[in-house]
Amino acid sequence: MSVLTTVFAVLFYVATAILLVFTAHKIWRYAKAPAPLKIPTTPAPTTRSGVVFRMVKELTIFESLFKANKWTWLFGWMFHFGLLLVLLRHLRYFTDPVWGWVVFIQPFGKYAAFMMLAGLAGLWARRIFVDRVRYISAPSDHLMLLLLIAIGVTGALMTFVDHTDIVALKAFFLGLFVFNWSPLPDDLILIVHLSLVILLMIIFPFSKLLHAPGIFFSPTRNQVDNPRERRHVASWAARLESTKTG
Amino acid sequence: MAVAEFKTPKIGEYPVIPHLQEGVMAHSKPYVAKPDLQEKLGYPGELVDNWKEVAIEKMGELTGKYRSLQVFLDSCVKCGACTDKCHYYLGTTDPKNMPVARQDLFRKVYRRYFTVSGKLFPKLVGAEDLTEEVLDDWYSYFHQCSQCRRCSVYCPYGIDTAEISMAAREVMDVVGKGQKYCNEIIGKVHVIGNNLGLPEPALVDTLEGLEEDVEEETGVQVRFPVDEKGADVLLVTPSADFFAEPHIDGLIGYAKVFHQAGISWTLSSYASEAANFGMFIGSYENMQKLALRIRQAAIDLGVKRIVFGECGHAWRVAYSFLNTLAGPFDFLDPSYPVPQHICEVTHGLIQEGRLTLDPSKNDDMVLTYHDSCNVARASRMGDRSGGQFEIPREIIKSVCNHYVDMPSYSIKEGTYCCGGGGGLLTDDLIELRVKGALPRMEALKNVVEEYGVTHMAAICAICKSQFSKVFPYYDFEMDQIVSLHQLVSNAIVLQPEEATPSEEEQADAA
Repeated sequence: MSVLTTVFAVLFYVATAILLVFTAHKIWRYAKAPAPLKIPTTPAPTTRSGVVFRMVKELTIFESLFKANKWTWLFGWMFHFGLLLVLLRHLRYFTDPVWGWVVFIQPFGKYAAFMMLAGLAGLWARRIFVDRVRYISAPSDHLMLLLLIAIGVTGALMTFVDHTDIVALKAFFLGLFVFNWSPLPDDLILIVHLSLVILLMIIFPFSKLLHAPGIFFSPTRNQVDNPRERRHVASWAARLESTKTG
Repeated sequence: MAVAEFKTPKIGEYPVIPHLQEGVMAHSKPYVAKPDLQEKLGYPGELVDNWKEVAIEKMGELTGKYRSLQVFLDSCVKCGACTDKCHYYLGTTDPKNMPVARQDLFRKVYRRYFTVSGKLFPKLVGAEDLTEEVLDDWYSYFHQCSQCRRCSVYCPYGIDTAEISMAAREVMDVVGKGQKYCNEIIGKVHVIGNNLGLPEPALVDTLEGLEEDVEEETGVQVRFPVDEKGADVLLVTPSADFFAEPHIDGLIGYAKVFHQAGISWTLSSYASEAANFGMFIGSYENMQKLALRIRQAAIDLGVKRIVFGECGHAWRVAYSFLNTLAGPFDFLDPSYPVPQHICEVTHGLIQEGRLTLDPSKNDDMVLTYHDSCNVARASRMGDRSGGQFEIPREIIKSVCNHYVDMPSYSIKEGTYCCGGGGGLLTDDLIELRVKGALPRMEALKNVVEEYGVTHMAAICAICKSQFSKVFPYYDFEMDQIVSLHQLVSNAIVLQPEEATPSEEEQADAA
């Protein structure tokens, strides 16, 4: 077994562990912190199913962002939807046999890389050229875009220009699942691509990428507008309650 | 801290997103609360020696107590969607008035002390130590947020800067740097029952005067009862309704509505304030204490319903929080929501045909309507989502013949704050208030020029006070702002002979 294979196998285990453990810890914190008052941004749905519909719209068409700014919405949606297709397409490297629908989306997933990259480029251009967005950007905000673009470019290079040994790569990943490692192809572009993905996995739970789990817990979006019908007392507020004199 | 000279922004032909001018509002700070005001609310009198430790500990406590704060601090991706949404940014051009930049004043400290990345790589992720300069910035810019929630409408994660402003103000209170205006008012309500510190005899006097005025004008004896046990309705209204213009004309409107509908009602001298400034400083405890006065008054007076007068932030606390803070209200009549907004009551009566209205009485005006931010984005009226937009408009259209809406980006959920909400309606912040009103003034000017609008109606005490003050800076007249129930009051046709004697006798006997 080559050093390269061993290093990457270990890195993937470590990165996956960090991603899962620390993201789970954050989600646990979000779930545990009470929302002591009803604060949905109104007009808000008055039923649970209405809230589900509102959340689905936020998650799929970025409704609020659409209201805010059409360019940011366009680039942001291109990036996220492109990324989704690309990620789903990547399932073929982790499953055997490959599921039918993954086979079906393969051509879309391939070209979605360009949509994703165009979206990222647009977002970065806004971050550089719009003075308001430039003002609020920390170095990490630029680097995050750079990282994603680098992952996308190296991936697209392998899809369209310089193919790697995809059969061997798939064997490597399937091997990781059963702790029976196969050699990792030693192509430079692949190594760069995978290194950056590992970096992204490690950064995820400590960065603004937490917006992905965070949106599900956002009280302004996920609460039902029914405060007159139902009381909504958090545990710590209930303790104040017992001392109330009214 | 003398109020500096400043220039009123120019209203352009169309709204523009201004370029940044760093630091232009750094000088804007409200008066700090004196030690006695602070101590009355249980906060330290002045900045404590170990304020950094206290502040950081409080931040940790708050992120554990409020899911909103924890999620909002982590989730922002700096996409910029909110950057041009705040009226204070549009009016002042100071980048720290962009919602995300305002949040970042708090977030950068959170990142430094509570996140791995901020502890290891502060420069990289924009994390910063809590220093005196940072605290100064907090005091300045968290008192340039009116908690109007406009930014939260446009944020893809629903991040609400109001939540972060409230948290920051609470942290500042516990380290001993509270704001005079809010804390003085909260102290007055705890002791006397209203923001003005208006004691019962003065209140009774004022209302008797009003009864005489209305009788003189209409020939009808419309009552303004206080502390009448056994009345059906407890009316809780902002205390500005007792003396300020045009608020008082709104109060007259409520009284006429109750009179004509034959609903017995009363004010309470114990809970003579609808506004709950506890929310502005982010203090659940203070907010609850104030809310409990209303519960107590309802119990003492034995009423069946609680109705709130025209107010914005007050209606948020009433609609969204009252049941949670001071409920359950199982001793009230279950056939009415608790509480109700006066507009819901009036609207219902109009639907039932129980009010005699002559809209031509308002023919000297062409009206538009300012959606108050906290009614629009933090509460509701009626039983349908969005009722807070429809109900006031339907009332206005029933009592006026000439009505037009302002441009769509500036109304309903996109409405601009008046510029004085959230505990900023104080003269030491006049520059901020004038500049923050710019987007609303632009929208108003648009309909004034295009449709000949003469007056703007509002249903929030803060909005009304704020507009009467800032209108002259933009070449409008003070009295171009009217109460919604002032319009109802003008249109309602009271006939002395039709006064319902049985109701009156009941009320007299009570």
